[in-house]
Amino acid sequence: MKDNSQRFVAQHVAGIPRSGIRDFFSIAAEMKDAISLGIGEPDFVTPWHIREAAIYALEKGKTSYTDNRGLLALRREISKYVEKRFEVSYSPETEILVGVGVSENIDLALRALLNPGDKVLYHEPCYVSYSPSVALAFGEAIAVPTFAKDNFAITPEALINAWQPGCKILMLNFPTNPTGGTVDKKALEKIAAFVVEKDMVVISDEIYSELTFEGEHTSIASMPGMRERTILLHGFSKAFAMTGFRIGYACAPAAIIEAMMKIHQYCMMCAPILSQEAAIEALRNGESAMLEMREQYHRRRDYVVARFNELGLPCHLPRGSFYAFPDISSAGLSSMEFATRVIHEAKVAMVPGTAFGPSGAGFVRAAFSTSYENLIEATERLGRWLDKNRK
Amino acid sequence: MNSVLQLIMEGESLTTAQMAEVLKISHEEVEKQLAQLKEQGKVLGWRPILNPDMDENSVRAVIEVKISPEREGGFDRLAQRISQFEQVENCYLMSGGYDLLLFVRAQNLRKVAAFVYERLATIGGVVSTSTHFILRPYKEQGFLLSGQQGNPDKPMISA
Repeated sequence: MKDNSQRFVAQHVAGIPRSGIRDFFSIAAEMKDAISLGIGEPDFVTPWHIREAAIYALEKGKTSYTDNRGLLALRREISKYVEKRFEVSYSPETEILVGVGVSENIDLALRALLNPGDKVLYHEPCYVSYSPSVALAFGEAIAVPTFAKDNFAITPEALINAWQPGCKILMLNFPTNPTGGTVDKKALEKIAAFVVEKDMVVISDEIYSELTFEGEHTSIASMPGMRERTILLHGFSKAFAMTGFRIGYACAPAAIIEAMMKIHQYCMMCAPILSQEAAIEALRNGESAMLEMREQYHRRRDYVVARFNELGLPCHLPRGSFYAFPDISSAGLSSMEFATRVIHEAKVAMVPGTAFGPSGAGFVRAAFSTSYENLIEATERLGRWLDKNRK
Repeated sequence: MNSVLQLIMEGESLTTAQMAEVLKISHEEVEKQLAQLKEQGKVLGWRPILNPDMDENSVRAVIEVKISPEREGGFDRLAQRISQFEQVENCYLMSGGYDLLLFVRAQNLRKVAAFVYERLATIGGVVSTSTHFILRPYKEQGFLLSGQQGNPDKPMISA
């Protein structure tokens, strides 16, 4: 029987294009023997002491719901951690919400703030969910392109140019997935001043902040006038290698947290208690393992970026995250063609830059969260393929 | 710790040429650092870590040894003498209920036993021995033997 159920799907959902990463996912799934530089997560398994804390919680029968906002013990640890790392303080009782990853918190923040038709500025290339999440919240997403020459930082000038009446929110994600871009403090100050001038709110996804290799990470929430208009989003997936635990949090002024919490309590109830218990352990005792992982990413980055440049694929030096974003335009192919041919012919999986928005055209994302052995072999394969195919 | 040693301690098996590439130093520099490590005595030698589960031609035992200390040198002379036996893989002076702890390997159970009563127990100064055979290894020098860690079904591509 023919499936006619498409007609039941809501228009605004049907209107969202399928993620570019999904298309590529099905191609990659058939290529079992390829080396993957395509994963958006750490290659490390969660440190044992954190896994053990989750097992212990299970043994003790901690299998119930928690407070909608998350366990108070966890919110207290988050408050301490955020104050130490980002230099902004939030009340564990009223200004912190624990959710199912940063992804859920992005959705909550947008739904809590947007009236239909409100405009949201975001920089691109960016994480795949930003623009669709805005559309799902009945907002209008406006991309601010970023460029390799600026190391994929958003410039105050580009932001000012892109602004138009009706812009309520600015979404930031530095260090950035997929480019590893960061913004220096001076530029961030100008951006903050502009946001204050236009009375906008910032949703700042700082999930990669611990993986900053050069200089200090500065949160926009810590800048003058910003705490009252910033939703700081953070989580455990990247820094503590806890992607599968699905746990993250939002810090913001009480009225905004309360609004986000209303949505969260009706759609999610609370984050899984075992993940919350594991997160407490991560914050209490996870720093040394985290720093060790960062050190390894740092050295892998230096290696892989140098290799891409040697191969004639110009690559800026990502100052954070575990992604390199080389320019592949010299191969004379589109991002999608390049990534598809390279996975089939060279057996190396990378994600086409266009999966992260139109301004990713001409680039691919190569995650260096994998072993040296893989990085060496992958870049060798790529080199041989380029020799054969580049005119 | 020098950079070559740090890289090796991460546990990946890279050739010296690959190490040079990763560390962005010359092949000669890698060789030089390796030679230095041996010269300084920081690295005693290089050998692979074998999976004891795959080794069907030897048994291992742990032996607790009580010895009487001597006026000159305390436990040193006897400990060094016992360490000389090729069956002894590790030898440590311990605090607590006995003095030396030995890790011993031999072809079979009978040969370990023979080592204990013919060689070890007969040394003047050895007061008593207590031998424990190793039945099954679970972790060997930092490597878990219980199979793969992590998720084999992890997708090759994710956002």
